[in-house]
Amino acid sequence: MIESFLEWLGATPWSVALLESLYVWPLIESVHVLTIALFVGTAVMMDLRLLGFAFKKVPASAFTERLLPWTRAGFVLSFVTGLLVFYSQPVRYYHNVFFRIKVLALILAGLNVWLFHSKIHRRISQWDLNPVPPRAARVAGMVSIFAWALVVVTGRMIAYNWFDCDLQPQPDFVNWLAGCVVEAGVE
Amino acid sequence: MLLPFFEWCESTVIASTIQNSLWLFPVIEAVHLLGLCLLGGSILLVDLRLMGFGLTRQSASELNRQVRPWLLLAVIVMITTGVPLFLSEAIKCYYNRSFWVKITTLPLALAFTFLVRNRIANSDSETAYINAATGATSVALWFVVAAAGRWIGFS
Repeated sequence: MIESFLEWLGATPWSVALLESLYVWPLIESVHVLTIALFVGTAVMMDLRLLGFAFKKVPASAFTERLLPWTRAGFVLSFVTGLLVFYSQPVRYYHNVFFRIKVLALILAGLNVWLFHSKIHRRISQWDLNPVPPRAARVAGMVSIFAWALVVVTGRMIAYNWFDCDLQPQPDFVNWLAGCVVEAGVE
Repeated sequence: MLLPFFEWCESTVIASTIQNSLWLFPVIEAVHLLGLCLLGGSILLVDLRLMGFGLTRQSASELNRQVRPWLLLAVIVMITTGVPLFLSEAIKCYYNRSFWVKITTLPLALAFTFLVRNRIANSDSETAYINAATGATSVALWFVVAAAGRWIGFS
């Protein structure tokens, strides 16, 4: 069902026009990369504070109150441009191993954000001025750096077709991960 | 005149090693992108402050001092990954307009950051328009470097 929906999506005139465009696609992709530098960059600055690696004299709340809006703005822009890139070739990305890992990493990063704000950040007044925040905050900072780095690396790798379904034979594991349907005897 | 130099670059062992590998270029490029994020964050933190946004309750000099090791780390990562990427496709870069935009703006951005902006941030000047102009110039220069860098792959 997902498959036929994505096939329909990729055949819509806007999707085809986007993929075939000379400048619009590269422009969207450039905005995607630059806004990632904005949002991951500012998120990492906050993570370094949560880990106690830097800005030890700056209250942690300064980051969540004053810098986070910029992180959010960067995220929204990179998410929207990312959706547009996906819309230009939905079936290909859906079956791309790196895209699938990236989505999982995004979910991990999102859960971490949710856990941080619903639990750890609520008690920020208790540790706002600590040079090294409590363990839970440090773990959140570490998970954040790891998850966003994985998003960036796998995102870049989507461009490579090494594990695409039409490049057979592939190990069974790869075909399972990419959701490829390989007919027996057909290569 | 410069073409022989670019040809020599592409004949180096580093260049041919990357060219002959399926995964070396993508992996180095991925690290280059991670460095870009760290660079973006550590540059913007001070630029935003100078323009009156972000961590405004801290002084520019304090932020500048605390972020400096991370800024230096980011610059080192960018150069140590950027140089081999360039070597592996030096001749393509020679004919690539975006490459020339990037490579001429980069020294300007570096010089502005470490010579001009550094001094302005450390002086904690009260003159808002000087701070704002400094932050905006830095953002603009680094934006051109990053955007032209991304565009090398498109043209």
